[in-house]
Amino acid sequence: MIFFDNVSKIYNHHSVALKNVNLRVNPKEFVFIVGSSGAGKTTLLKLLIREETPTDGKIFLDGIEVTDIGIGEMHKVRRRIGTVFQDYKLLPTKTAYENIAFVMEAAGRADAEIEEDVPEVLELVGLSDKRDNFPHQLSGGEKQRVAIARALVNRPDVILADEATGDLDPINTLEIVKLLQKINELGTTIVLATHNKEIVNSADRRVIVLDKGEIISDKEKGKYLLI
Amino acid sequence: MFFTNLRRITKTGILNYKRNGWLSTATVLVMILMLFVIGNLVFTGALASVILSSFESKVDISVYFLPDAPENSIISIKKELETLPDVRDINYISREAALELFRNRHKGNQLIAAALEEIGENPLQASLNIRAKDPSRYAAISEFLLQKNYREIDKINYFENQQVIERMGAIFKTLRGAGTFLAFFLAFIAVLVTFNTIRLAIYTMREEIGIMRLVGASRWFIRGPFIVSGILYGATSALITLMIFFPLIWLISPRLALLVPEFNIFQYFLDNLIVFAVLMFGGGIVIGVLSSWIAIRRYLQV
Repeated sequence: MIFFDNVSKIYNHHSVALKNVNLRVNPKEFVFIVGSSGAGKTTLLKLLIREETPTDGKIFLDGIEVTDIGIGEMHKVRRRIGTVFQDYKLLPTKTAYENIAFVMEAAGRADAEIEEDVPEVLELVGLSDKRDNFPHQLSGGEKQRVAIARALVNRPDVILADEATGDLDPINTLEIVKLLQKINELGTTIVLATHNKEIVNSADRRVIVLDKGEIISDKEKGKYLLI
Repeated sequence: MFFTNLRRITKTGILNYKRNGWLSTATVLVMILMLFVIGNLVFTGALASVILSSFESKVDISVYFLPDAPENSIISIKKELETLPDVRDINYISREAALELFRNRHKGNQLIAAALEEIGENPLQASLNIRAKDPSRYAAISEFLLQKNYREIDKINYFENQQVIERMGAIFKTLRGAGTFLAFFLAFIAVLVTFNTIRLAIYTMREEIGIMRLVGASRWFIRGPFIVSGILYGATSALITLMIFFPLIWLISPRLALLVPEFNIFQYFLDNLIVFAVLMFGGGIVIGVLSSWIAIRRYLQV
């Protein structure tokens, strides 16, 4: 379970990223976070993986206070969360295969497991033939799919995706959303921040709307309300 | 788990070292420069100390005895002097030995040979040549001789050479002090340049380090490969530096022997090869590891 307890993030007087956010996401939920750019979607996700710390408030993940863990323990929380970053954050000196294998190695998984799982997720995102390409040899959509594969491979409790379909064409977008829905059905919590009206409206899932750092709407089976 | 991680860290370290070819080459070159400077300081230090001690050993006090002084009382003075802690060694030259030395030195000079014949008896004095452990102690030794006031002693040449001896002592002290300071200063600069090169290499990878943190890598798992690369930098540059020194010293050795015959630098190198290799490898690896460790610290705070 993810729990935001009255969380604010203020960069300076003119820039308030999040204001008094209270949010609970139950296990196995599929949640869309929508809102115009600058509404605070990315900040919300960054706070959950402790890429940033809130100015005020507490954040919990399965009973662990994320805002209270020391720097030496942060990786343990991050291993429970698979993140698809807006800018992908692939390691430029590693191939697609190595980028995915890296998170498994870092988590201390056995070699046999890595050799079995990495080709599997690569196939899942349709990149088996690009496994030995470096990120600069991949298109935007391909990079995004490597990032998704990397987020999946450790079978995390939660997957956070920040504009995970932004660089994909409509067909691929649909594929990825279907994939995420399938993963969700297998028991993984999914938090998907997006601009994409169609996928929100067709999914028929919980939708949280952020505006200027505040939650202005939170509805089960919601629709993308903003124009 | 621990060994799996260790193996992965080592593998990644070696892979990074190979993939960042230019960066590794540049770092290794700078480290070779550093080790070369440190190595040179070691040899210059040894050479300087050989030259200085050969100078120092040429400074001595000569005590001349009256012609009628009996040999056994000279020997007993010698024995008494040898008990002084400042005295390194004493060389007794009897009148006969002095004459022999004088004759040898002027062999072939007919005029001097004829003059000696003319005098008939041995005109030379018996003497004790005293060398101190430290040039600054000559004053104390001659002071001791003066106080004892042996009646067999004709003259002590310390007072004639006093100024020269004291000045030499002061110069030796200054030279050693300045040399040590200069050596440390140069070594410090060399270390600083190496540290900065490694820092720059890690700076170029700061984003990747941040990414690794965000996808769940522990600090050790990220730091490890950089430490391994640091070890590789150190070991490679130490090996290359040693391979440069070998022919270099072999070439220099005969030329240097002409200037300073007391010092065989190639022999010195061979005798101290293990110590020198330990210094090169140890210095290179310690600085490589320490620089990586310090430089990566701030980028792990993600």
